[in-house]
Amino acid sequence: MIFMLNQALAHLQGAPLATEAPVARWEALASTAGHGQAFLPPTRGTVYGTLLNHRDALAELGEQVNAAPYKAPPQAPILYIKPRNTVVGHRVPVRVPGGTTELEIGATLGVVIGRTASRVSEAEALAVVAGYTVVNDISVPHASVYRPSMRFKCHDGLCPMGPAIVARALVPNPDALDIAVAIDGKTVQHSNTAGLVRPVARLIADVTEFMTLFPGDVLTVGVAADAPRACAGQTVTITIDGVGQLENTLVAGAAA
Amino acid sequence: MKRAKVAYAGAIHDAVEHGAGLRLADGRVVAEEAVVWLPPFEVGTVIALGLNYADHVKELSKELTLTSKDEPLAFLKSPGALIGHRGQTRRPAGVKFMHYECELAVVIGRSAKNVKRENAMACVAGYCVANDYAIRDYLENYYRPNLRVKNRDTCTVLGPWLVDAADVSDPHRLALRTLVNGKVTQQGNTRDMIDDIPALIEYLSSFMTLGAGDVILTGTPDGVVNVNVGDEVVTEIDGIGRLVNTVVGDALFGR
Repeated sequence: MIFMLNQALAHLQGAPLATEAPVARWEALASTAGHGQAFLPPTRGTVYGTLLNHRDALAELGEQVNAAPYKAPPQAPILYIKPRNTVVGHRVPVRVPGGTTELEIGATLGVVIGRTASRVSEAEALAVVAGYTVVNDISVPHASVYRPSMRFKCHDGLCPMGPAIVARALVPNPDALDIAVAIDGKTVQHSNTAGLVRPVARLIADVTEFMTLFPGDVLTVGVAADAPRACAGQTVTITIDGVGQLENTLVAGAAA
Repeated sequence: MKRAKVAYAGAIHDAVEHGAGLRLADGRVVAEEAVVWLPPFEVGTVIALGLNYADHVKELSKELTLTSKDEPLAFLKSPGALIGHRGQTRRPAGVKFMHYECELAVVIGRSAKNVKRENAMACVAGYCVANDYAIRDYLENYYRPNLRVKNRDTCTVLGPWLVDAADVSDPHRLALRTLVNGKVTQQGNTRDMIDDIPALIEYLSSFMTLGAGDVILTGTPDGVVNVNVGDEVVTEIDGIGRLVNTVVGDALFGR
């Protein structure tokens, strides 16, 4: 399968299929003028997260990278998987797991793969991209990145995505995108993809050296330092210039 | 019933075991060697267990700084890493320690959330053999075990069959072993799992909704040794299957 896109692809809740439309149409439906229209995730491929790929996020660890248990700075991309039970769309409420009061908000750019990508060179890497979307890679806060329990990133609903996939051609430079996080309308974090250890093309090249990415898969570029936290009742809005605005409200979960 | 998914004569087929090899869903009977074996079902989320056999924990304990066991050490793999029976797994040139791991794969057959131990086995559709290779040269101490070690293309072998759960009277009493070039290098028994199948399903479903096609690779006992290009690696579990794999080198991939 080759997944091609000229405009933007989204899947409205209640619609039979994801459909392509101008970015402005999805923006209107996704905005407050859209009367709360919920979206399904725009793709169902495997979602790969990347850790410590923002220079400032890596800098937060500082000298710890040379001490136990890490013992050396990371060499290859640090990747993990957000399984299918975590992926939800725009405006779908996210349940805070029982026993947890706050969730860490991982605002990041999702690179959506358009054609099977194995051993892609950096120079050719952007050609395998269908488009880009907004991803909120939510975690149960955890201090150590040595061998954290998978549940910190894998509770149901901890990977909102969307509203739409915007075609690659409409995002001229994925390595210079402003990302803003607002909680209940107040901006709490600003970052820019210009701060990546591995910019998008390099990341794709290094990942596909050992692991094939398939059409519809999503590779996130990683979250910046000082990830904000939010609790039940709060609404999280992530805005990436030219890619979209993803909004989800956290709701209280069942008791642990 | 033992079920397979194979490519044959221009299409992908569901098939079942037959005295002469396999019987395709459309009635054709074909020899085992005449088909390309694929992972035997549509794979959803792949969950793997590290350190789920006490003897293997001991084997790796120096490296793992393991102190206490409070929850299962589980990690995820992607369906793209999977290959079927009689497949080829690539050993990159220059690595020092690439090893197989013979594991019982538990295939989920229905959606499951907050399932208690006593109801867990009702969620199991069946079982396969898995050979979950690792290349320890690539181990780094961030989000262990990292995907470069455990989620490489061709490095998770699954099959040959999906054996119906109803046909496995006790999945916690199955001898398993690995043979490299015909010589037994790993032996164990699923009764030695630290967290048994109901415990794993209860644990995983306590935070994530499992779905049909999700698969849990339940860990491996001790006896993992390095394998080299040209080796034939057979992982087998009594009553479940005998999964054959060949280790190949970079030249085949034009590297």
